Amino acid sequence: MSLRFSIAALLLLPLFAHGSVRPHQEMRDIFYGEILYHAYQHDYFEAISHLDIELGQYYALDEPDLDSLHWHRGQAEFAVGDLELYYRMHQRAGRAIETVLGKNVAESERNEAAFRLARLYYRKQDYVNALHAIELIKGEVPKKIRSDEAFMRAQIYVSVGKFNDAITILKQLKGNDTYRGYIEYNLAMAYLQTAQTELAVAMLDELGKLNSGDEAVLALKDKGNLKLANYYVDAGDAEQAAKYFSRIRLDGPFSNKALLGAGWVAVAQQRYDRALVPWSLLHEREQTNISVQEAMMAVPFAYSKLNVHGKAAIMYGKAMDVFASEIDSLDASIKSIREGRFLTALVSEQADQDKNWVVNLRKLPDSPETRYIMELLAAHDFQESLKNYKDLADLRQHLTTWLDSLAVYEDIIELRRQYYEPLLPQVEKKFKKLDSRIRLRIEQRDRLNERIQSLLVLRRPVYLATANERADLDRLVKIKLALEANPNLATEETLYRVERLSGVLDWRIKSEFDDRLTAAYKNLKDLDGVIDDLNKQYRAFVRTRQAATQSYEGYTIPIQQLRTHLRDTQVKLKGIMARQGRVLEQMAINELDKRRKRLEEYQIKARFALAESYDRATKEQEKKLLEQSAITPEKTANTKTETAVTETSATAATTTANAEEEATP
Amino acid sequence: MHSHAHKIFRQSLCIVLAALLSFAASANEVSREQIKGLDEQVQDIKKDVLNLSTELAMLEEKLLFPSNTQVSLFVSMHKGDDFRLDSMQLKLNEKVVAQHLYSFRELEALQSGGVQRLYLGNIKTGDHELVVSYSGKAPAGGEYKRSGSYRVTKDVGPKFIEIKIAGPESTEQDIQFRDW
Repeated sequence: MSLRFSIAALLLLPLFAHGSVRPHQEMRDIFYGEILYHAYQHDYFEAISHLDIELGQYYALDEPDLDSLHWHRGQAEFAVGDLELYYRMHQRAGRAIETVLGKNVAESERNEAAFRLARLYYRKQDYVNALHAIELIKGEVPKKIRSDEAFMRAQIYVSVGKFNDAITILKQLKGNDTYRGYIEYNLAMAYLQTAQTELAVAMLDELGKLNSGDEAVLALKDKGNLKLANYYVDAGDAEQAAKYFSRIRLDGPFSNKALLGAGWVAVAQQRYDRALVPWSLLHEREQTNISVQEAMMAVPFAYSKLNVHGKAAIMYGKAMDVFASEIDSLDASIKSIREGRFLTALVSEQADQDKNWVVNLRKLPDSPETRYIMELLAAHDFQESLKNYKDLADLRQHLTTWLDSLAVYEDIIELRRQYYEPLLPQVEKKFKKLDSRIRLRIEQRDRLNERIQSLLVLRRPVYLATANERADLDRLVKIKLALEANPNLATEETLYRVERLSGVLDWRIKSEFDDRLTAAYKNLKDLDGVIDDLNKQYRAFVRTRQAATQSYEGYTIPIQQLRTHLRDTQVKLKGIMARQGRVLEQMAINELDKRRKRLEEYQIKARFALAESYDRATKEQEKKLLEQSAITPEKTANTKTETAVTETSATAATTTANAEEEATP
Repeated sequence: MHSHAHKIFRQSLCIVLAALLSFAASANEVSREQIKGLDEQVQDIKKDVLNLSTELAMLEEKLLFPSNTQVSLFVSMHKGDDFRLDSMQLKLNEKVVAQHLYSFRELEALQSGGVQRLYLGNIKTGDHELVVSYSGKAPAGGEYKRSGSYRVTKDVGPKFIEIKIAGPESTEQDIQFRDW
């Protein structure tokens, strides 16, 4: 066992603490709030879909600065990249962030974008580009990402082999609560890589003594102790190794390895009885675990070393039974995977119940195929493939629902058409009448307005004479004409009366002109109000008619196109999903096959060990009987009978029990 | 420091591992290139489906919720309010248009500043009465219920109303309405 170093070991990082889609300011756009609502529930598809629509509409505006999304524009542009990253659309996320970088933005915004881009590349294990991106950061780093940026930079440096630079940063970061444990572990690994073993050991020792309530940090602490224990095993210091093995929690993720290791340390010291303590504990644990299966072989091995061959034989026998049963289970699992049950379980409703569905997959009833793939489930490639498959299943569901919706929309459109089409000609007729009436009124009003305006320029009182006054004026003109035609009738008195009446009328029309003009102006304004009402009715009518028409017209082609796209995408998705499913199945089968082969080898080993133990147990028994017969010959016959019976495995157990009593210290 | 027996035992395990490795090499292994290639195809199809989702959403809005009749009712909470909202009911013109029971995740999203569109529908232009009722558990324990009303004046354009609710320990008004 050596203290091996691998880059993968350095990739340890806490769950990303920087909540980048969190709002940093007051909500000023209700639709952006809705996007966050979906994002906070990890419903990234809905969040991205809404954000795409909002940003699309925003950029299409003539004056986007007047839109309320303007207040969240920067945040929204970052959110696109973040949400796409969470939805594992790394290519698009990278482009979104690069777009921000390409703009003429403030230094802090640019640094944040560069950090996100570096993080993106790092997660895709593209360390060279990650380094290039992180080195785009110039000047002051925004406070909210300062420690995240430093830790990310250190990780990138480690990944590209700049260990001393990484050590400098990690040393500066020491004491940071967010990365507590991670800094110590990564620092120790970087020390190892630069051959500073003593510093590495000291750092791992420090990590192994950390007090924390965080499960992730505790797991890391266990991992550190395990590394150290293995290091001391390698260095031949059994006592130190035992000390670090004993620091590891019994209920942590490394407890099985620790128990197994502690047993081997005792074996190395030839203290087989002590080895039995951790191994017996391990022996009772979940039988599918590799360490437990090794313990099934190790425990009888220790018993045989203690000369308890009978017990060892029984335990080898039990181990063989377990291995055989597990091999059957593995065969059934492989068969079930090949039959497609594994993929069905992945997209089952139970797997959908919580965000830890990948982890909880193992809890699904009647799914033996998941019991042996715990380690595989934790592997990055498998998890990514699994999530992709799950996402594809969701997309498939979306496409099916949308296609069904299109059929419903067509029904709605048809119903609307049937309802509106017979009504529209009559409505159109009425509309035309109303339209011509409104136009007439508007023309009349315009003429009146023109006349009033001309009166303001050129005073013509007679234009504002009443109908009676006009009639009187006409009558007086006729009388004057009649008097001119018949001068006999034109007495002086008659002429005087006609002149007087003309004068009175003229006086009234001229003297009341101003009041009449004012009244006419007021009446025109009232008429404007009436015409406005008519116009409103007209516009409402136009809108209603337009809405009625638009409710069923102009959809046929877009719906047909959408249906074609949906079907094409469905076919494409089906192919990708099948390929993704096959990859998952193959990975799972390979893993199960690997475990099966290991169990078969254990089985062969156990068979030989069992035979050897029986042999030794029998020899011990014979030796004992011979000794006894030499002391009490009269009892020999009985003992021989008993010896004959020991040929069956059941009697072997009794014999073993006797032998065990004698050999156990 | 290992004992002879132990060495034999470990050696046998090494043989097993060697056998496993030779088997693994001959097995139908999944390559990283294969995984990467598939991942890129998955990303492409996600992009396609997102584009379709956008197109469909726009068609739906035009067909089902045209702007002249569209009304959207949003629910939000004051940030940091630890009131445990259980249920919400919305009535428009004395008719229940939306009822919702909140999951923990939804509540957390609201408390973090997310805004939920609880109702999207159609109404005529003019005035409409909106009645909001909600209930939940107060942080100190006990049932907490509130209700309030608001006159929605629908014009030609789409109507967006935010209903901001508060818990018993909040200093804010129980229900605040805002026209967007």
